[in-house]
Parts: sequence; structure tokens; C-alpha cells
Amino acid sequence: MIRASLKTLRAALAEKKISSVELARLFLDRIARLNPELNAFITVDEDKTLAAARTADARIGAGEAGALTGIPIAQKDIFCAKGWRTTCGSRMLENFIAPYDATVVTKLEQDAGMVSLGKVNMDEFAMGSSNETSYFGAVNNPWDKTRVPGGSSGGSAAAVAAGLAPVATGTDTGGSIRQPAALCGLTGIKPTYGTVSRYGMIAFASSLDQGGVIGRSAEDCALVLSAMAGFDEKDSTSLERPPENYSRCLDEPLAGLRIGLPQEFFKEGCAADVMSAIEAAIAEYKNLGAEIVAVSLPNAHLSVPAYYVIAPAEASSNLSRFDGVRYGYRAPEYADLTEMYEKSRAQGFGAEVKRRILIGTYVLSHGYYDAYYLQAQRIRRLIADDFTAAFQQCDVILGPTSPTTAFRQGEKAADPVQMYLSDIYTIAVNLAGLPGLSLSCGFDHQGLPVGLQLIGNYFAEARLLATAHAYQQATDWHLRRPALAA
Amino acid sequence: MKPWEIVIGLETHAQLATVSKIFSGASTAFGAAPNTQASPVDLALPGVLPVLNKGAVECAIKFGLAVGATVAEKSVFARKNYFYPDLPKGYQISQFELPVVEGGQIVLSVGQGDKAYEKRVNLTRAHLEEDAGKSLHEDFHGKTGIDLNRAGTPLLEIVSEPDMRSADEAVAYARALHALVRWIGICDGNMQEGSFRCDANVSVHRPGTPFGTRREIKNLNSFRNLKEAIEYEIRWQIETLEDGGRIEQATVLFDPATGETRAMRTKEDAHDYRYFPDPDLLPLKIDRTWLDRVCKRLPELPEARRQRFVTDLGLSAYDAATLTATLETADYFEATVAVAGKASAKLCANWVMGDLAARLNRENLGIAQSPVAAAQLGGLIARVADNTVSNAIGKKVFEALWTGAGQSADAIIEAQGLKQITDTGAIEKLVDDVIAANPANVAEYQAGKEKAFNALVGQVMKAARGKANPQQVNALLKQKLAE
Repeated sequence: MIRASLKTLRAALAEKKISSVELARLFLDRIARLNPELNAFITVDEDKTLAAARTADARIGAGEAGALTGIPIAQKDIFCAKGWRTTCGSRMLENFIAPYDATVVTKLEQDAGMVSLGKVNMDEFAMGSSNETSYFGAVNNPWDKTRVPGGSSGGSAAAVAAGLAPVATGTDTGGSIRQPAALCGLTGIKPTYGTVSRYGMIAFASSLDQGGVIGRSAEDCALVLSAMAGFDEKDSTSLERPPENYSRCLDEPLAGLRIGLPQEFFKEGCAADVMSAIEAAIAEYKNLGAEIVAVSLPNAHLSVPAYYVIAPAEASSNLSRFDGVRYGYRAPEYADLTEMYEKSRAQGFGAEVKRRILIGTYVLSHGYYDAYYLQAQRIRRLIADDFTAAFQQCDVILGPTSPTTAFRQGEKAADPVQMYLSDIYTIAVNLAGLPGLSLSCGFDHQGLPVGLQLIGNYFAEARLLATAHAYQQATDWHLRRPALAA
Repeated sequence: MKPWEIVIGLETHAQLATVSKIFSGASTAFGAAPNTQASPVDLALPGVLPVLNKGAVECAIKFGLAVGATVAEKSVFARKNYFYPDLPKGYQISQFELPVVEGGQIVLSVGQGDKAYEKRVNLTRAHLEEDAGKSLHEDFHGKTGIDLNRAGTPLLEIVSEPDMRSADEAVAYARALHALVRWIGICDGNMQEGSFRCDANVSVHRPGTPFGTRREIKNLNSFRNLKEAIEYEIRWQIETLEDGGRIEQATVLFDPATGETRAMRTKEDAHDYRYFPDPDLLPLKIDRTWLDRVCKRLPELPEARRQRFVTDLGLSAYDAATLTATLETADYFEATVAVAGKASAKLCANWVMGDLAARLNRENLGIAQSPVAAAQLGGLIARVADNTVSNAIGKKVFEALWTGAGQSADAIIEAQGLKQITDTGAIEKLVDDVIAANPANVAEYQAGKEKAFNALVGQVMKAARGKANPQQVNALLKQKLAE
């Protein structure tokens, strides 16, 4: 059951082979046993989880179950969930109990009937690519516990990879779903910007943040994405489109699909093992009937610098609300208002968050705004135009998700620029607002998983998932599991 | 040397009369217990997002149309970043580079009597923004209390060009703007509650030279404070300059107790607000259809109505201006005309500005709360106009309407038998009786004493219990006495 697909779990629940409470218990016990060595969960509340499972069982018993009712899920600790401590990986919110549900939580738990196993670890305010910036400690990669799981959705990826949850929510601002999915041998999808409501998802960079799913297969991700996506009047950037079933074309054959390889993603800078796994995947896609075409994203090399202007700019403003006045951390001692602000924020935020607030404040300052912020917005436009041009020639773009496999804890922590470059292939997708997916396509010589990234045109989530699913029907990389205590 | 020229521009914050806040569903009602009208959005809880209130946008559109401005097809909400305890997000959502309203003009009349003149003040822009909460410094034992009920209340900030040349012009502008926003129903204009407040930018210079350095007087919440603050500031600036000093750009506060302004902060410690477009809100797009829809709901504007009262109803410019001071007065007046008839428009104006206004004043009531409805007053005026009752009896009927003694003028006239006697035969009988009973007065009159005639008229009217038509009484009496 621990490694079963969501479809299998659903069948087992429907046939009463197992109850939702039993299923939740199974995972809660596993979390209790394995979490101490992984640190994937920040908050577990067995009473809440079991209560939700009982409600799900009642729905199943009454014949009112949907495709996901009673299936457990781990929630990234960036989503506000009523009555749950919601920390965003920060000391600032160490004791913050959310008084309301994020739309994603409402949709997955209240509407679809999924059962939350708890809140999973993440980089502080989603700022990081290794999960090392969390106030609640680093998360260990189940494939090699001396290594990072990626970030910022590191807890989500580690939890699913270790079988502590069948599936998890994540958020992706510059690669935070796809990169940890890649580093943990999983499937993760970030949909088109505006597909999943941001209401109740604690903002990092509003114009880039997008919720999504990390699971073991494209099929699982499609099921959960269908339940969490959709227009939300509480989010003005939410797209007013009819609801979609993202599983609808999973089984369509790939024959005739044009896969574009951006030459810029196949240059130096990518580990050899990663590149050979990608090459092998391309060969597999040819076998499956796809046509491979060369495309170009000439401005892709500007995506990291543009991102590290825009994202910190928005973050510097988004994080101003954490001032110690109404909720969250307040320094115990201060002489006046200014000192209360300064000490509360100095003590409540970690180093990476402070670095980005400083960068963001600087680039928005009078006299620098045009040279940094406006210039970065122009680059953003160019990058989006590159993709539009590329999608004239292909249906899906393929490349590596991350230039390396999972790196060691502490290896890049002292060098922010090296850390930022681990998102070099994923960031452009956020800048353009496109959907992106990462799936496992092999292992390096150390036995660490390699991630393959698929990028689709706007609203091409179903096609991306189908492209991944076809590969997963032909290969078994996604079924490999780390050697953990049973 | 040429005399100093005074240059004033105003920035006015009008609180928009929407039921809910500009970016949340919380109520905007005034006076609730602290923090009871603050939703998760107003509290800036982690993860919440703003959703624009279309009603607030329509208020801005109405204003733009009313002042002949350009309503932008696309405008952008920006974040103005600064830390303050009653600013929950650490930024205010406002509009910066692309405001919703650009340009426009306010027509005002300055001064009274012979010295009155008309002035046109150009507007720079008007933009939508949210209000902050309130910091309460009393009653907290050295701490500060925060009330976020007001946080997120929609404001329209209306910025004028530096077109005003005296405190009187500035006050006339503020009054005209105040009347206009109430007229078009976008602001209740309640200055005590802070619904309408002004910042004044004041500078002085010699004509023909560049504008002087301006100082901004913040948060003036009455016309009197506006006038006194500007007058003090002008005197202070002129004295400073004439003493050889320099004016430094500054933000100042006016203290109504001392009547003085004092600097709050100078340019050196001005904030860098780090404006940037709010990524949580899409650009505000207003298309032709929306504009037309709002335009249809816009009442006839005061200026147009004033002119129509002159050309269509034959009122004097003064009467027309008085009757268009507020929408309620203009509507009331027109409703009386609708009943009494266009030919009686002048009579209606006299009644509305005279007896009605005096009575309302005495009882401290607004015209909207008048116990005498416009239709009732119109009915009364019709009876005065067609000589059913005299003006004097009309006042009696009005009083009866006010106290609710009858539903209509006709009913009161009927019930109290107040109908004027116009039957010549009946009046002739009264006149004959009075002449017969007052030989002394008759003799005095015939000896050339005009006063005696008035006494005789009084006797006839008394006999008629005030109901005889005065003109007929006069004519018949003269005729009989001459016989």
C-alpha cells in the first residue's frame, strides 16, 4: 500500500480492502519511524489526520467518494490550513496557527476528501534549492541521506520518495517542484501560471509562484492536479477557464509528437551522467514515435539574472507584512517601534531570506528601479517570446531539469550563486508562466536519480502529463525506490 | 517689486461610498468596535490576496466623467512600500504611474456679491487606493493600539494642478469638489469622520519667476482648518523669505489649537516608497461598454442643471446656484415644479429657499428629511398660484402640512375652509357691510387719509377670515368709496 499508485489506493478503498483510517495509520506509523532520519515533516497531528480519515470513510460508506477521497497527502507548509500550524519554514511563523484554509487545501481536503498527513518541510519562505534554509532543519534525501532533496519543496519530495506519503503538494517559483522531484526520482508538475489558486499559499514572488504536485507518476500527478486546479475568484491572477480533467489524454500514443531540444540546454554546464541519461530518454521518445526537432531559446542564459531581480523585488514587498505587529515572531525586547521591527525581522528571518529582502529592496530603490527591475521585466518578455517562437516548431520542449543530481548537504550553502545556478533550466519556465514537468529518467554513477524536464505551451498540462506517462509506460525508472528501512 | 503670488494645489482624499472595502469583503461602516471589520485580507494574514471591488472603480469612473477627465482604458495598481503599525501589509496598494482618471476640471465661484468671480481649476489626476488603519495612542499605558477597521477602505485621491492663488480659492475649490462628490453619490462627504480630507501644497513666488519651494500641509479635515492653515502658511513663508530665509521642502502639520503649522519631516528624511506594479492585481481595464453603463447612471451634473434652471425655468443665476448646491435640494425643487407647473417655477424657488429652508434650518433638518414632501409643497404652491389661497393662507397650509394635520394642501384647505373668496358678489356684500359699519374711517379716507383705506381693507379681510382675494377687495373698496 505504501508504494501503490493513487488508482490502486482508490480501488482498495472502494472495495473496502482498507479503510481511510487504516491507510492514514499506515503512513503515520511510517512517518513516526522514518521522519527522524529525514526531517521531511515539520508538523504531524495524528488526531487531525485520523479525524479527516474518518470523515473520508463516512463519505466512501455513503457512496459519495470522488477519485481521491480517503487518499492521504502531505501538504507543503506554505499552504495555510485552518487549525494547523503553518510555518513556511520560518522562525517568523514558528507558532502561527492558520485561521483559514488556502483554496488548494479546501479543494483537496474539503472538496476531494484527501486526508492531510501533515505539513512538510521547505526552504524558508520557499527561498532555496536544497531545503537547507529551513528554520526547522535540513531535509535528507532518501536516496542518500548525506545529500539534499532539492528545494524549496524538499520536504514534499523526500516524503514521497521515502514512502511517507503517496503524493504531496508543492509550489514552484523558479523550479521548486521540478528540481526536488528530479533530485528525489519523482514526477512533479508546475502548471501554467494562474491554474492553481495562490489564495492561502504564502507568497514568495507573486508573479512567479505556482502550486503543483509531486508524486511518483504522471498518472498520480494528473489526478491530484485535476482536483487542485481551477478558477478562484479570491485570486485575481487566477485564470477564468473551465475545469479540466488532466488525465483525459494520458493513454494517447505519442506518434507525431514534435519534441524540441533547445540547443542552449545541451551545452556545457551539465553533468555528464545527467546528459547521458537525457540522451537515452530522447532515444526512448524516438522509439515511442516522437519526432525530435532542434529549437533555440537565445535569451535563456538571462533567466537566472532576471529572476534574481524580479523574485527578490516582489519578495521584499511580500515579506513586509511580517513585522511582529499582528502575528508571528516578535523580538522579546525592544526600546521603540523601529527597534521592534528591526529585531523582530533580524531574529525571525534566516540569512537567505534577508539576502533576498536586501537585493529586492535595492533593485526597487529610487534611481535603480529602471536599471534593474524594468530591465529584468524586459528580459522576461524576451524569454517568453523565445518560447512562443520555439512552440511554433514543436509541441513539447525537453531537456535536463537540473544540471546535477543531488548534491551534498552544505556543498553549495556557502555560495549563493552556485546554488542559484541549480535552477538554470527551470527558471525560464516560471518567467514565461509556462507549465513544466520533471520525471525520473535514470541514475548517475552514484545511484542518484536524474530528472528530465518537459516544458509545454500555455495550458498544455494534459499533453505534458501524457508525454511523461507514455515514457513511464515504457520504462520503470519511476518505480525505483531508495533503499530505506522497510 | 511685484507683490508675492501665492500658489496652491490640493490633494484630496475622498472616501468612496461602497458597502465593502476596496480589496476585501469587509464592511466599511464607520464606528464599529475596533478590529471587528477587518477580514483576513485587511489583517494581511500570510497568503491572502486582494480582489478589486468593482463598485470602487465605478465611483472613480463617475468622478472622471463628472469632471470631463479621461478615464484610462488601462490603469495599474502599484505598491507603495513603507513600514507603519497601522499599515498591515507593509505597503499600501495605490496607483502610481497609470492612474484611473487623468485631467479634468472643476468650475467654482469664489467670493460673494459684486466681488464674486468664476474660476476653473484643472485636475492632474485621480487615483484609487486603500486607506490605512488607525493607531490609537491613548488608553494603552504607554503602548499603541491598532484598529484595522479602516484599513482597506477605498479612497479616491484627487490631485489638482497648482491653479489656486489664495486661501479663498482653495476653500472654494474644496467646497465645489465636496459638493460634486456628494452630488454624484461617490462620497458621503462627512468630514468629521474623515470621509473627505485635504492636503494643501503651498508656495509663494514673485510673478514671472519660477514657482517657490512648496510645503505640504497634511490632513486638513474642515474648510475652516484648510483656510486657516493656508493663511498661516502663506504668512509664514512670506515672512521667512522677506527676512532673507529659505523655504525648505517639507511636510507640515496644522495645529487648530494654535493656528500654526509645524514641519513633520523634510525632504532629506522623505521615504523611498519603492513603487512597483502590484503583481497580485491585473491591470485595471475599463472598456467603452462599462463607461457607457456608468454614464447612464450618472445624475445630471450640477453645472448643467444650474444652466437648465436659468434657461428652462427662468430662474435667476443666484436662485439656480442656490438650488443646485446639493443634489437633494435640486431634486426636491424639481419635484415641486413637476406638481406646481413650470409657470410657477419662480414661486417654487421662493418657497424652497424661503419658508421651507427656514423651517428646516430651525429644526436642524436636511431637505431629505423634510416632513413636507416635495409633492405636497408643489400642491400647495399650485393652490397659491391659481389663487385658491393667498400667500398668507399658504403659510398656514404649509404649517399644517409640516405638523401632519393633513395629507395634501387641497385636503387642508377643504377641511379648514381656507378657500379664497373670489366671488365678486360675496366680496361686494362684505365691502358694503364694512362701509356701512365704519362711517368714521370712510370719512377719514374721503378727507384724504390713505391709512384709513388700509383699516377698511383690514376690516373686510377680518370679516372674510382672511380668505377674500386681496386684489378684488382693494378694487371693490376703491370703487365703492368713489361712488
